[in-house]
Amino acid sequence: MSAKAQSLLWIAQRASAALLALCVIVHLVTIIYAVQGGLSAAEIFGRTRGNVAWFVFYSIFVLGVAVHAPIGLRSVFIEWLGWRGRSRDAALVAFAALLAWMGMRAVFAVFA
Amino acid sequence: MSALAVEVWRGGAQGAFQSFEVPRHPSQTVLDVVTYIQRSLDATLAYRFACRVGMCGSCAMSVNGVPRWTCRTHVDKVARENKLVIGPLRNLPVIRDLVTDMRGFFDKWARAKGSFAGTKTRRDDFARVAPDSADRRKVDAGIECIGCGVCYSACDVIAWNPDYLGPAALNRAWTLVKDERDVVKHERLRAVAGDAGCHACHTHMSCTERCPMGLAPTAAISGLKRAVLGSVLKGEL
Repeated sequence: MSAKAQSLLWIAQRASAALLALCVIVHLVTIIYAVQGGLSAAEIFGRTRGNVAWFVFYSIFVLGVAVHAPIGLRSVFIEWLGWRGRSRDAALVAFAALLAWMGMRAVFAVFA
Repeated sequence: MSALAVEVWRGGAQGAFQSFEVPRHPSQTVLDVVTYIQRSLDATLAYRFACRVGMCGSCAMSVNGVPRWTCRTHVDKVARENKLVIGPLRNLPVIRDLVTDMRGFFDKWARAKGSFAGTKTRRDDFARVAPDSADRRKVDAGIECIGCGVCYSACDVIAWNPDYLGPAALNRAWTLVKDERDVVKHERLRAVAGDAGCHACHTHMSCTERCPMGLAPTAAISGLKRAVLGSVLKGEL
């Protein structure tokens, strides 16, 4: 992998970290505000079903995680396991896809 | 005068600590201790030193687990219960006893393009660099490195990722990136970017904590990260 590609990965990780910081704050504030006095599953669905704003917000959150976590795991693989090369990159792409699939599945479940 | 119990590494990569008893003296340095052992107790002990006054950087060793210039480290400051453990610098191959092979360390300076590349010849006039310019001040902050290897030994990232260029080589590259006379900035940024370069740094700051010259390689590495970011965004890398 070229120096430029490795630099782009670093930039993607830092940019996604900035995005996730905002997403986590919005997410925490929302759940703390929403569950005051209790909240049923029906009430949650009532707010999220068909709500495009929440769908877009949580889609960005999920995709940010799918970008951020595998790049961090890449450094862990290098430093702890000495794992490099295509097999490592393939495993990380698969992990990113798994995170995106699981996350988006949950987002769709409360939207549709 | 009380005696000091000293454990000294003997052997190469495989070896063991050997115990010595060394008389204490006022203002005694760790290098004095090692020299006493070599001259009075065991002439086969291998160690390296030159200037004895903190200018050459040759005498760096691990003292009670911390990399230090032994010539500038007083026993009073580091001995715990009259005990010292002295070993070779970490992250470098051990040749024998307290002597490490520094070739890998200096090869990384070359890999980081740590040589100045200008366009002027001896027939040209001097370059005029304003001493108070922002770039010149950044160069000043890192230029006094004497290549002792203390930061390299203190760095955990090198222990985990032996390809990592390390704080000294990256600090050197940063002083050249900020040198307005230098003409190979893009090649240098390419050389220091990525998994083996500035992006591998975890900002533990062990290098900055341990540098005997009081330099801050961590700041230099952060500067390189910003410079690489700018270069990527401009499509220059």
